[in-house]
Amino acid sequence: MKILVCIKQVPDMESRFKPSGDGLWFDETDLAWRMNEYDEYAVEQAVQLKEQLGNEPELTVLSIGPDRVVEAVKKALAMGADKAVHVQDPAAHQKDSWQIASIIAGYAKDKGFDLIFTGMQSQDRGSAQVGVLVAELLDIACATTLVGFSYSDGVVNVKRELEGGLKGLVTLQLPALVTCQLGLNVPRYPTLPNIMKAKKKEIEAIPVANLLSEQAVAPTAGFYPPARKGGGVVLEGDVADLAQKLVGILREKTTVVR
Amino acid sequence: MKALLVCDYREGKLLDTTYELIAFADKLGVAKAAVLVGSEAAVPQFDGTVYLAEASALGEYNPAAHKAAILAAAEKEQPDYIVFCHSSYGWDMAPRVAAGLKAGQVTEVTALVDGGFEVGCCNAKMRRSIKPATAKTVLTIQAGAFTAVQPAGSATVVKLDIPADSKGVSFSGYEPAEAKGVDLTKAEVIVSAGRGVGKKDNIPLIAELAKALGGELGASRPVVDSGWVEHSHQVGTTGQTVSPKLYVACGISGAIQHLAGMKKSDFVVAINKDKDAPIGEVADVLVVADVLQFVPALTAQLQK
Repeated sequence: MKILVCIKQVPDMESRFKPSGDGLWFDETDLAWRMNEYDEYAVEQAVQLKEQLGNEPELTVLSIGPDRVVEAVKKALAMGADKAVHVQDPAAHQKDSWQIASIIAGYAKDKGFDLIFTGMQSQDRGSAQVGVLVAELLDIACATTLVGFSYSDGVVNVKRELEGGLKGLVTLQLPALVTCQLGLNVPRYPTLPNIMKAKKKEIEAIPVANLLSEQAVAPTAGFYPPARKGGGVVLEGDVADLAQKLVGILREKTTVVR
Repeated sequence: MKALLVCDYREGKLLDTTYELIAFADKLGVAKAAVLVGSEAAVPQFDGTVYLAEASALGEYNPAAHKAAILAAAEKEQPDYIVFCHSSYGWDMAPRVAAGLKAGQVTEVTALVDGGFEVGCCNAKMRRSIKPATAKTVLTIQAGAFTAVQPAGSATVVKLDIPADSKGVSFSGYEPAEAKGVDLTKAEVIVSAGRGVGKKDNIPLIAELAKALGGELGASRPVVDSGWVEHSHQVGTTGQTVSPKLYVACGISGAIQHLAGMKKSDFVVAINKDKDAPIGEVADVLVVADVLQFVPALTAQLQK
């Protein structure tokens, strides 16, 4: 079996974001980077499947972006992926979901992957399109927002998360692509021996120009902070004073504190 | 200009969010038609054409056949926009339809802005405006961002005959939500714990504040997934949607899915170390403090 996991490196979401010079995305200065949370569930599920099948599947991890994304790739290798593909693209942040999906599909189309795992969305862009578009471009089965996954005898059974705690039960024939949601699994922390082992694993570098042939279909026109809701009060300072102030406000503005 | 609205339907019923699609089309100021993979009994009430494919024949979850139905309706109507709710259905279907039409997609639209659409990004801390570059555009709209219209009018139903080909995907049913231990929808006060609470051992601090306010304990999704609080306390799109007189969010950053479940609360207090956390957007009072220090101080103050 051949498995592909697609990951993105994103800024830590605790960061303060400010627009970049062109006003179309964030300024990267002082940002800390990590693997997109949903992609961690994708890597973990792929590694669990590889373990279930006695280590037989070959697990490739792919990421698109500038050189810094190699850090996220190395984490996936330390978690248990066998090899990696780094699609080198310093301007990946300017590409829309359609272009990113086309690049991935361009790489995957003749490789015979049986299963492709992606996160359900990125934490920074949040478009929730790339995984499904890759499946459409490769014309393979696909299910989104997984909170349950099992595999046996060439068939994948998944639970899709719906609204209000309801789940949809779906069976997929291979080849298939699934997008992973919070709650699917608990991603492992790479152990030191595995981090060392990962250093010897192959990372193939491919210039994006070799894979990109599509124009943007939904380009960004602006990037800016949200308008603050009027009337919101911000309290800062000593904790005991704050508590007293807040109780005063609650007495005045609500009927639940007397 | 015209919008084709894709209805949300589940377990034999039209979902009310469909009327948010109508509100969105009205706000865009465009003509509208709708497509439903469902049943005749579930056809939405509005003055326009509804293309109907039978869910009894195709299945409620059959992406390939649903895509074919939506594309067939789009072929007849030639809409400028194909609009979904940003629900589990729209999330799954919209990119498939966008790929089928080679159309740009804008995901989870929250507002209309000068010639484009506004969406949240960076965990709802920032906004992005998008101007699609294709003649047809696929949109999903954020739950609650466009207030639903009252159902009114009578639709003209046009039946679609779609082959039930499922392309390797088969749906076998639903797993029901866990039984609700706590009905948060009736609570006057809810005090919710988020990831910022740090660990399970700190949950009693939040529960004590809830008790001091005469309210119930709520929780964000990561807290429930980590097993700190049981699912029946979860607030948000995959938990309960609440509107108490007072909502206190402790260490909750304010992911869109959480905000959608609590933003109709009468009064919102957020306690967060991060002044820029998106929960601040819906908070009447944002207390910038460490939850573990502030919450016990607040509980003590209330007990005085």
